[in-house]
Amino acid sequence: MKSENRSQSKQGKKSEPVELTGSEILVQALIDEGVDTIFGYPGGAVIGIYDVFYRTPKIKHILVRHEQGATHAADGYARVTGKPGVVMVTSGPGATNTVTGISNAHMDSIPIVVFTGQVPSPMIGNDAFQEADIIGITRPITKHSYLVKDVNQLARIVHEAFHIATTGRPGPVLIDLPKDILVNKTSYKKITQLDIRGYSPTYKGHAQQITKAANMINNAIRPLIYAGGGVISGNAAEELRELAIKGNIPVTTTLLGLGAFPEDSPLSLGMLGMHGTWYANMAITECDVLLAIGARFDDRITGKLETFSKKSKKIHIDIDPSCIAKNVPVNIPIVGHAKETLPQLTARIHKLENKEWLETIAQWKKEHPLKYKMSDQVILPQYVVEKIAEVSKRKAIVVTDVGQNQMWSAQFYGFRHPRTLLSSGGLGTMGYGLPAAIGASIGKPDQIVFCITGDGGFQMNIQELATAVKYKVPVKVALLNNGYLGMVRQWQELFFGARYSATVLKDGNPDFIKVVEGFGGIGIRVVDPKDVVPALKESLKIKDKPVVMEFMVAPEEKVFPMVPAGASLFEMLEE
Amino acid sequence: MKHTLSVLFQNRFNAIPRMAGLFSGRGYSIDSISFGQGEEPGLTRATITTQGDKQIIEQIAKQLHKLVDVIKVIDLTYEPYVERELALIKVSSSPSTRAEIMQVTDIFRAKIIDISAKTLTIEVTGKEDKVNAAIGMLEQFGIREIARTGSVALKREYQGVIQSSS
Ligand SMILES: Cc1ncc(C[n+]2csc(CCOP(=O)(O)OP(=O)(O)O)c2C)c(N)n1
Ligand SMILES: [Mg+2]
Repeated sequence: MKSENRSQSKQGKKSEPVELTGSEILVQALIDEGVDTIFGYPGGAVIGIYDVFYRTPKIKHILVRHEQGATHAADGYARVTGKPGVVMVTSGPGATNTVTGISNAHMDSIPIVVFTGQVPSPMIGNDAFQEADIIGITRPITKHSYLVKDVNQLARIVHEAFHIATTGRPGPVLIDLPKDILVNKTSYKKITQLDIRGYSPTYKGHAQQITKAANMINNAIRPLIYAGGGVISGNAAEELRELAIKGNIPVTTTLLGLGAFPEDSPLSLGMLGMHGTWYANMAITECDVLLAIGARFDDRITGKLETFSKKSKKIHIDIDPSCIAKNVPVNIPIVGHAKETLPQLTARIHKLENKEWLETIAQWKKEHPLKYKMSDQVILPQYVVEKIAEVSKRKAIVVTDVGQNQMWSAQFYGFRHPRTLLSSGGLGTMGYGLPAAIGASIGKPDQIVFCITGDGGFQMNIQELATAVKYKVPVKVALLNNGYLGMVRQWQELFFGARYSATVLKDGNPDFIKVVEGFGGIGIRVVDPKDVVPALKESLKIKDKPVVMEFMVAPEEKVFPMVPAGASLFEMLEE
Repeated sequence: MKHTLSVLFQNRFNAIPRMAGLFSGRGYSIDSISFGQGEEPGLTRATITTQGDKQIIEQIAKQLHKLVDVIKVIDLTYEPYVERELALIKVSSSPSTRAEIMQVTDIFRAKIIDISAKTLTIEVTGKEDKVNAAIGMLEQFGIREIARTGSVALKREYQGVIQSSS
């Protein structure tokens, strides 16, 4: 029908152009944008759009059980596919339920496009039924947002939104859709060109700055690369590897950077920061040239700012100029995209003579490895993470929740490939894990997806088990049940005299196996360390529904090393 | 330290709240802000004055620039620039004070733009300190109401001295 319409207008025939409703135009624009999956939840304000979905087989709509779940699922989908995740919700409470997920995507620079229903234009501002000023509420947590005021602008706005969400530093974009706009009719023309005057991110690094940076690196004695999520979202892991190997430069990554550099490389130092490896935190303290790529010197990375990496000159490559020199002064700022900038730099550097530095690091690794005490009596959570890595041959996608489970996953899995670790970094959103894992599995149906979660966070979006059952999503949930809000309990043990105020979950936790079975999933409770591997292997056989392995882990196990809040990076507590 | 930012932007829906939010989101307040159509139709120029730490203002300027609707941001603080503000000041007057008020008005090259039995309304234009000085001199007569535009400013191109009326 639409192509007919176009060919008619080309031939200049006088027949009436086909008029479409706002809802139809919206769905057509989504199809033109290449969208095939939407996570959402209907309601009065968007019922017309859902009616179009009903007759549009090209778009698969995933009905979640809570709008927060939709935003995290879209986020997980975006992180594994590199494509924008799309969310559709109704006005008022539907819209406000997306706030945490939008904020999460904003903090971690994840491209999602969120459509919210809105009351009809003439009623906006009247406290109408199910009205919320979602544009106002989400203003500080969106990259951009639109209120559609004219159906003739709708298609353009949709395409602009996808462009803005996915280019430059990616992020969430929200489109608020008043109900009357969705009913109004106009002729649809495919938009092929965008013109957003104030928006043109810089992709290529400034040549002179690159040369300066290369000289600085070539003269370094103790160089270090500190890579963040920008390397992964910029699809630049290969370019990073080439740079590090050519220059013989060790690499540490942030939580969101895990997978950007293979941890089995001798040049890898794993993760740095509050729960980073001893050797990564020492290396960043001792290095003389620090090359930061797609990272933002977050306070969980730097520890006490006054003592952070004091001996180094700093080069910072980032697509977002406002990220550079925000917390830490930088000697050579380079605004650019990692994928374009790193090869420019690689071409100008040579293999460094830094044997002594690499030996020092190797020595540190030997003296202060990541470790935990094995037991044949009780399951250690770190052991579960290691075994997940083994049984999945490190090819699985791992989605963590927030807390100790997250840090153990980051420390003990040994990531090798980009887009295989999904974690809520900037916002630290408990409840992220399960819905994000569902979104990841839907985005990459051929890959195994593990969700490593805690007994607290799992309960924050546990309703999404229903979504996984309904759509036969075979996520494998490794629930590390320690009976506590473990990460908070750890702080209480170390810094608050072991007064466990409001962190004990074990006396109120449900029977997780019954809950999972009630949802129609498979539950496996594991108490004995020797049953860990068999349970994991069993889970790999299940291909058409979610399985939850409840590992009853050592309740008071802690995450080490740990840089106490406000301390310097080199002041780590060890086991 | 006082900063004067000049921002050229497309005044589309939500652009102004987004700009303002960058200040409030950092606990900063805007001392004055003025908007008006810029050199091209569809473009608005805002002049924003604020007090703050150099580094944080720099950060805000970068964030302003990042906004999709913003085309250009200059922190005029580090450039030679010209700046004007307009104020309307309504003072109490009586036959006995009127002549004196008119004298003060003359000294500041200001204009009387409204008159009633009990009041005079005076228009003053100039840099912020001149406007402040005029207000200071008029206070003795009893100020009833003031409306000020806040600064409008542009980068100075001519580096010599221009005979200025203010
Ligand atoms: C939504 C939300 N609320 C509160 C917190 C604070 N918080 C951080 S970690 C944590 C404990 C998490 O407990 P659990 O999910 O059992 O994981 P564990 O640390 O035990 O592995 C809490 C409460 C948070 N990060 N997110
Ligand atoms: Mg727990």
